[in-house]
Amino acid sequence: MSLWEYANPKKFLTTSERVLPVLWIAAAASIVVGLIWGFFFTPDDYRQGSTVKIIFIHVPAALMAINAWFMMLVASLIWIIRRHHVSALAAKAAAPVGVVMTLIALITGALWGQPMWGTWWAWDPRLTSFLVLFLFYLGYIALWEAIDDPDTAADLTSILCLVGSVFAVLSRYAVLFWNQGLHQGASLSLDKEENVADVFSNPLYVCMIGFALLFLALVLYRTGTEIRARRIKALIARERLES
Amino acid sequence: MIALLSRDLQLALRAGGGFGLGLAFFLIVAVLVPFAVGPQSELLGRIAPGVLWIGALLACLLSLDRLLALDWEDGSLDLLATAPLPLEAIVTMKSVAHWITTGVPLILAAPILGVLLQLPAAGYLWLVVSLLLGTPALSVIGTFGAALTVGLKRGGLLLSLLVLPLYVPTLIFGAEVARRGAAGLAVETPLLMLAGISAASLACLPFASAAVLRINLR
Repeated sequence: MSLWEYANPKKFLTTSERVLPVLWIAAAASIVVGLIWGFFFTPDDYRQGSTVKIIFIHVPAALMAINAWFMMLVASLIWIIRRHHVSALAAKAAAPVGVVMTLIALITGALWGQPMWGTWWAWDPRLTSFLVLFLFYLGYIALWEAIDDPDTAADLTSILCLVGSVFAVLSRYAVLFWNQGLHQGASLSLDKEENVADVFSNPLYVCMIGFALLFLALVLYRTGTEIRARRIKALIARERLES
Repeated sequence: MIALLSRDLQLALRAGGGFGLGLAFFLIVAVLVPFAVGPQSELLGRIAPGVLWIGALLACLLSLDRLLALDWEDGSLDLLATAPLPLEAIVTMKSVAHWITTGVPLILAAPILGVLLQLPAAGYLWLVVSLLLGTPALSVIGTFGAALTVGLKRGGLLLSLLVLPLYVPTLIFGAEVARRGAAGLAVETPLLMLAGISAASLACLPFASAAVLRINLR
């Protein structure tokens, strides 16, 4: 019993079909519990008022936005090294989920920033590096869409993902440097994780788990769809050959 | 390798557009900016380093889709790939040729356009130095993008989308060197970072570009 068994599309499909219902329910349950707990059973912050509660969407989404890219990186590496098609398709399936998570993080951040910082957007290091991450996602998805041959597309996007990861990390530190060079910046980037109270952090953990499960379920589901779409393509091609 | 380099340079010279187009674009950007932000020389002097860097970057981007596409269309890329020279070396030479035809003219033109944009006197040296160190990275990263999109019919726009995020660190450090130089501050840290990015991408990215090119030529 090894992990590589799931490189077989059929094995992957049967197993994921068995796991998926459980995953959906667990994800929905923990998000619902976490959000209700967070929204209705936590006190208002003494300085931020009720806007503090956006943390229950913002932080998990940001967490998954970064982890989705990391997952794509691992999947791309597996594709390059071991050439399992399921892995390439999983990377393809994760990208749109990741871009939506990035957007959620950016938008909820803007909604929170407007009353708190008095601005929708500031060129703070964190915000800027998320915007750059968003651009990387867009490029990755666009490259997948632009190439017809699936294997070529998988190869090219994998290499883009590897090179992109290096540059994304580089951008992260470059942006940190650039902003400290221009403004003080630190007054804006409150390190939320450090000084959040237990009242807030417990439902936050539930939400994080919920978002992670949701991401997992979405990726498994979308990978299954991709596998089936490719089978349909193969069937159509075969029929055309026979007729 | 030298033969390949001189071939690319001669092609760029004789076919036209290689030297001229990027330079003309750079000139137009530098001329249009004062129209857009107003002629106050203090404001212009402050934004001049950034504007010149953006102009150089976009001029570089403009010429990228010609970098490999012409050779791809007439089939000489397939011939080059089967040549005894490793593909990595060919790709590196392509980047060098692109740098000489686009980067070097931009570096030479930048101080002249700096006069137009009222760049402070202290800034000229560091502007040229930052471009000198930064444009090789732009060419090498651009070659990677061009290799990714070489097989596509209308890859130009996709090429920009792929390459621009990769340009972020180079732009940040390059413009920072020029800005600090113009303001008379210490430039060592961003200068070293910029040189590091250029050296690292020159050393590593040709392998990625060659791998991508092999996939596209399959």
